[in-house]
Amino acid sequence: MDKFNTLTGIAAPMPLINVDTDMIIPKQFLKTIKRSGLGVNLFDEMRYDDDGKEIPDFVLNKDAYREAEILVAGDNFGCGSSREHAPWAIKDFGIRCIIAPSYADIFYNNCFKNGILPIALPQEQVDLLMKDAEKGSNARMIIDLDAQTVTSSDGEVFSFDLDPFKKHCLMNGLDDIGLTMEKAAAIDSFETAASQARPWV
Amino acid sequence: MSPKTLYDKIWDAHVAHEADDGTCLLYIDRHLVHEVTSPQAFEGLRMTGRKVRAPEKTIAVPDHNVPTTPGREDPSNMTEDSAIQVAALDTNAKDFGIHYYPVSDIRQGIVHIVGPEQGWTLPGMTVVCGDSHTATHGAFGALAHGIGTSEVEHVLATQTLIQKKSKNMKVEITGKLRPGVTAKDITLSVIGATGTAGGTGYVIEYCGEAIRDLSMEGRMTVCNMAIEGGARAGLIAPDEKTFEYCKGRPHAPKGAQWEAAMDWWKTLFSDDDAVWDEIITLKGEDIAPVVTWGTSPEDVLPITAAVPAADDFEGGKIGAAQRSLDYMGLTPGTPLSDVEIDTVFIGSCTNGRIEDLRAAAAILKGKKKKDGLRAMVVPGSGLVRAQAEEEGLADIFKEAGFEWRLAGCSMCLAMNPDQLQPGERCAATSNRNFEGRQGRGGRTHLMSPAMAAAAAITGKLTDVREMM
Repeated sequence: MDKFNTLTGIAAPMPLINVDTDMIIPKQFLKTIKRSGLGVNLFDEMRYDDDGKEIPDFVLNKDAYREAEILVAGDNFGCGSSREHAPWAIKDFGIRCIIAPSYADIFYNNCFKNGILPIALPQEQVDLLMKDAEKGSNARMIIDLDAQTVTSSDGEVFSFDLDPFKKHCLMNGLDDIGLTMEKAAAIDSFETAASQARPWV
Repeated sequence: MSPKTLYDKIWDAHVAHEADDGTCLLYIDRHLVHEVTSPQAFEGLRMTGRKVRAPEKTIAVPDHNVPTTPGREDPSNMTEDSAIQVAALDTNAKDFGIHYYPVSDIRQGIVHIVGPEQGWTLPGMTVVCGDSHTATHGAFGALAHGIGTSEVEHVLATQTLIQKKSKNMKVEITGKLRPGVTAKDITLSVIGATGTAGGTGYVIEYCGEAIRDLSMEGRMTVCNMAIEGGARAGLIAPDEKTFEYCKGRPHAPKGAQWEAAMDWWKTLFSDDDAVWDEIITLKGEDIAPVVTWGTSPEDVLPITAAVPAADDFEGGKIGAAQRSLDYMGLTPGTPLSDVEIDTVFIGSCTNGRIEDLRAAAAILKGKKKKDGLRAMVVPGSGLVRAQAEEEGLADIFKEAGFEWRLAGCSMCLAMNPDQLQPGERCAATSNRNFEGRQGRGGRTHLMSPAMAAAAAITGKLTDVREMM
């Protein structure tokens, strides 16, 4: 997995609450058996009209935000289905960091498996960063994962909380499965004990 | 011993390893797999030379994009990309030696209906699937939740998940439900009360007289939509109804093992003095038959209400409500019972079980759907379908003008050919009314099977109580 340390990039504003995973990547794109190539269909139904032409008003179709690497959004981002195609599409587009007041649980976990940093900040701070993002491509935010800070384009610094284990894995690009397999002995002994306690399982 | 919630008890029985910071490896008893969220996970195993650690605890079934029309055993009757995904599941099930129900098997169906039906889902288990509606299995007092594809690969390889414990929320529905009010109305009303993010960070235990009174089918409907309230999982403590449902199922324990299992299952309840991080109480008698008006499951109102205006709301919800009203093509102030529909969809992991079909058929018996309206019933599994045929329900649906389909997820998420056209409005028994969920530009109103049946007759959103 790609490591995440610092990121300086354009932030796209999406002031919508409850952005769901059907919006992020509609179901017709879930029929792939690969993880890559979904970026072109990110937010497909908001981004393209019925004829497949770009809808000019949609934020990622504006010249200022075509190269966005950060997304600033409303409450409960990523609600709905468990489809990991959502973070795959976000990452394939080039976005590595999301800033929102809160996230749906499964989407939040899925981000970390794909080198994406979802930052949760209080609504007032997200509102300030949303305004900052609306300034366009000259306004770049700085994300520092080690320091756990977001710096707005005018130098205001916001600190965010993050689970230390998730941070460690993201900073070092660690593969969860490899880490868990190091604990195989614990799983083995649990399995032996559980099969005696609950043999019907 | 300190008092525990049901969630605490199941959690404690499944921690295989705990790190100093509280990060746990939670052992997984049942891993359900479908064709859409698994191909990349199996591919990951192949690329790293890893095996499925516990194939005997892993069960696969294609459901999301299979057609629900006859002839689907032949891949040429599927779209090419759907056929590739189903073929990949066929191959992966065979190569990795996991249990499998192909489309040709009468036991095939929606993964969350097949699991309980076959006795794979049992009280006290941990159950995961690459699908958010895994919460359904919580109806058995199993800790069940959806995971992403990377986690599917993690469970395949290690039979564990990296987890931190959630908080405990109790949702109590007191007293009795009124006539015409169902499990679907309970679960939608709870989401209406908490919002779609109200459950984030929690595992919900549903309890109270109205929950105890529900059948297992109804309890599955309630838990199914826990995810729509943002919760990691929904749970209902097992009781005699649960045990009765499980007994004799193909993969339920038998004989002495059944007795041993029962000894443990009977301890699976929240202690009286257990500590809750949040408690929500609704009175059963206050719950009405409801429908959704917007594009979030929290946009719930009694059928007797009118379409709200955006400025009825606060904060970020004002913009979201306006966006919903525009998308749904609704004018504030319009009585919901005046809203005309084009399509009725009865099915899904929320409401595709036998009791749901019985409830819809009871309303439709001897009646016809409105002319010009498209109506379909998609049973949740081949076995539900067979039972409905045996009980004469299929004939009622067919005589009412409904299409009688084969089992699958179908128009709940429209990955197969069952889709809404832009602007079409659907009375649906499924779980999500998101923009484009049932087809690009399609408009979804969520409701109970009985309410959907009533809507089919009148061609409008309808108060089922007027037909009882």
